[in-house]
Amino acid sequence: MKRRDFLKSATALAAGTAISTPAIFSAEAQSRKETLLLVSESGPNNLDIHGVGTNRPGYEASWNCYDRLITHATKTLPDGTLSYDRDKFVPELAEDMNVGDMSVTFKLKKGAKFQDGTPVTAKDVKWSFDRAVSVGGFPVVQMKAGSLEKPEQFVAVDDNTFRVDFLKKNRLTIPDLAVIVPGIYNSGLLKSKATEKDKWALEYTKSNTAGSGAYKVTSWKPGVEVVYERNDAWIGGKLPELKKVIWRTIPSGGNRRALMERGDADISFDLPAKDFVEMKKEGKLKLVSNTIGNGMYSLELNVKNPPFNNEKVRQAIAYALPYQKIIDAAMFGHAKPLFGGPSNSVSTIDWPQATGYKTDLAMAKKLMAESGAGPIESTISFDLGDAVNSEPMAVLIQEALGQIGIKLAINKVPGANWRSEMAKKSMPMMVNFFSGWLDYPEYFFFWCYSKLNAVFNTPSYVDPAMDAFIDGAYAAAAIGDKEKYATDVKGFISKAYTDVPRVPIFQPYLNVAMQKNISGYQYWFHRQVDYRKLVKG
Amino acid sequence: MLATIGKRLLTVIPTLIGVVIVTFLLTRVLPGDPAVYFAGPAATPDSIAEIRKGLGLDKPLPEQFIRYVGDLAHGNFGNSLSTGRPVATEIASRLPASAELTLLGLIVSLAIAVPLGILAAVKQGSWIDHTCRVVATAGVSLPVFFTGLLLVYAFYFQLGWAPAPLGRLDAFASAPPNITGLYLIDSLVTGQFETFRSALSQLILPVVTLAIFSLAPIARMTRASMLAVLASEFVRTARASGLDTRTVIITYAFRNAMLPVVTTLGMVFSFLLGANVLVEKVFAWPGIGSYAVEALLQSDFAPVQGFVLTMAVLYVALNLVIDILYRVIDPRVRLEG
Repeated sequence: MKRRDFLKSATALAAGTAISTPAIFSAEAQSRKETLLLVSESGPNNLDIHGVGTNRPGYEASWNCYDRLITHATKTLPDGTLSYDRDKFVPELAEDMNVGDMSVTFKLKKGAKFQDGTPVTAKDVKWSFDRAVSVGGFPVVQMKAGSLEKPEQFVAVDDNTFRVDFLKKNRLTIPDLAVIVPGIYNSGLLKSKATEKDKWALEYTKSNTAGSGAYKVTSWKPGVEVVYERNDAWIGGKLPELKKVIWRTIPSGGNRRALMERGDADISFDLPAKDFVEMKKEGKLKLVSNTIGNGMYSLELNVKNPPFNNEKVRQAIAYALPYQKIIDAAMFGHAKPLFGGPSNSVSTIDWPQATGYKTDLAMAKKLMAESGAGPIESTISFDLGDAVNSEPMAVLIQEALGQIGIKLAINKVPGANWRSEMAKKSMPMMVNFFSGWLDYPEYFFFWCYSKLNAVFNTPSYVDPAMDAFIDGAYAAAAIGDKEKYATDVKGFISKAYTDVPRVPIFQPYLNVAMQKNISGYQYWFHRQVDYRKLVKG
Repeated sequence: MLATIGKRLLTVIPTLIGVVIVTFLLTRVLPGDPAVYFAGPAATPDSIAEIRKGLGLDKPLPEQFIRYVGDLAHGNFGNSLSTGRPVATEIASRLPASAELTLLGLIVSLAIAVPLGILAAVKQGSWIDHTCRVVATAGVSLPVFFTGLLLVYAFYFQLGWAPAPLGRLDAFASAPPNITGLYLIDSLVTGQFETFRSALSQLILPVVTLAIFSLAPIARMTRASMLAVLASEFVRTARASGLDTRTVIITYAFRNAMLPVVTTLGMVFSFLLGANVLVEKVFAWPGIGSYAVEALLQSDFAPVQGFVLTMAVLYVALNLVIDILYRVIDPRVRLEG
């Protein structure tokens, strides 16, 4: 009985504190209207995308606190949701962009100021670009994707004019100027914070924002919260409505959902498919989901080693996968199928698009018999950090492949080890997800199918004919040869689907829940929240 | 007394040296490569090598170790890669959060478990004894994350009595100035009663969760050791001499039964401090346990080493305090070096 009494008194105490809450609420009602409370599973480890090992939430801080020269326009998708427009660029810090034959020149907006009041000049832009190609790690790789590699390419013509010289023609150069990496940093401030060992002042920008962006971070407690305040002097776009954004890290998915359903949080970002489907059914909140561009979940087979170096075995697997079951059971029906298309020789350049495979056990058994491979024992690996999606998929695949004589053991790889396991390229079979920021098919193929044999080419698939298609598509895009481009893109997609080193399964959605009074949410290629256009009330 | 404490502290040194070596080696043999992890998406072998060099992981192990020990000697625990801050700062800000939660949980648990244990022993076989058994069994067999989620579900989601499980403070309240790091004390000292109430209301559910869990060992231990003492001859003598029941039980029996209870308490406290990761996760509590586990999942060496070292020091300190408490409770106990 004691325990019950205690619980009673404890809840009475809790009730007592709750009753008085409205008093605080009314006093701060006004500020709450202009403040957004955002919850997500994890927070940033660094506020600067140039930092060593900045995680994905860190990109969000960079995106909202720094300006780029140009950004993407917004478009409304057929389902009524907003998205960035891949093909349309609008000025952010530049007021004018002039693309020449082997260079592009920008005029900076007059009156742009950093958050400490110093004016933004072309020298700052030059310094920031030099930084992006010099700090090493991810920023350098990302800049390289747009053929932005050397400081000599970046020229501050005068205080107001900035020029980028091209190393070679590359269609991805301009889009690459609108990703998160080439943000403009306050060079005067950062030079004063630089040290002998840290000449780009990465230590300072790790926990301070030094940009001209719409928001600045006023408080950051790692693993707890990030508090942003609006920069009222922002001229990169329309002044945001929200004065303050509080971003709390709530590790428990159940609690994030409870916070949303009770109306205590405004936005819960990146929901698992299960929560999305259930919350949508309840209809209490506004739920938005967009397919993740240039991304797919696939089953990847190591083509370097037996038994999956045998093309017939790979095709047999592609016919044996329980596609619909995976979508229904693992994704609760909330994913875009990438199977059951008319043929593996594709007729459009849409990407990602469906393969010609579908679940057909008779076909799979026939191919297995033709392959000459005996009974196979192997392992299927997945990233434990993504167990929500990957684990049920692995189990379903294990069960299905058992029926065509492929016996699989499941290998769960802890999140921290996943990348290094991928880099070793020794896993024979794995469930994996990849998506590229720049939404062009050749970009996906460059990372996942080319002779570069990058970390993401987990099957270690290298084929001269494939490289000819990929290089051809890059070259054709650079000079605007649409016909040749289409031929090459169809060529590499068809080849990838026939040789099938990775079996596409589905394209996932990025899911967001928000209160009904929140509007202006827009999907971005970087899959983080842009606070600047959000409106509350 | 001081001399014996000094002697005890000397014996701690080899333990700490051992802990430093073992944690260093353990974190290095962990599978997973931090350079690859932190090279991020789209990494190339070059960018991974650059990061490895930047982290000093390209150096031979003995050199890394010497550097590590050198840094430790200067009070530098290194930088956490996953939160981007010095480990010492992180631990200093997170330890009070865990301590506040654990201490309160323990106090609540003690306030219930000890009287319950005593009553159960005195009235052995009665309904209160059975209640004690049921409560203890239930408390220990319900996993903490389950109790936590259940409480959140009932008192926040359904009834709306408890505040949102958002961590130590409501999103719109501001933290009190940092004096001890314990929000309850800091806000009282500086007279911020609003903050005090917010912090207290955030504490209730996690504290109850912890209390339910730690109730069992304390209640059972109190009961067992009370039973042993109640059956002993001096209690019979006291009773025969006509002392009233209260004096017999509280003054004579309980004081003698306290030794094993204090031992259990020390164990429960140190266990909870490091192991309430799940409670911290459920309530988004920025404590030290979740910090260490996250670091471990990301092959982030420095915080793991810092955490183990801090916990080792805490355990040693706690053991010392308990030994001293023994002497206070029972003068016959000798403190040996």
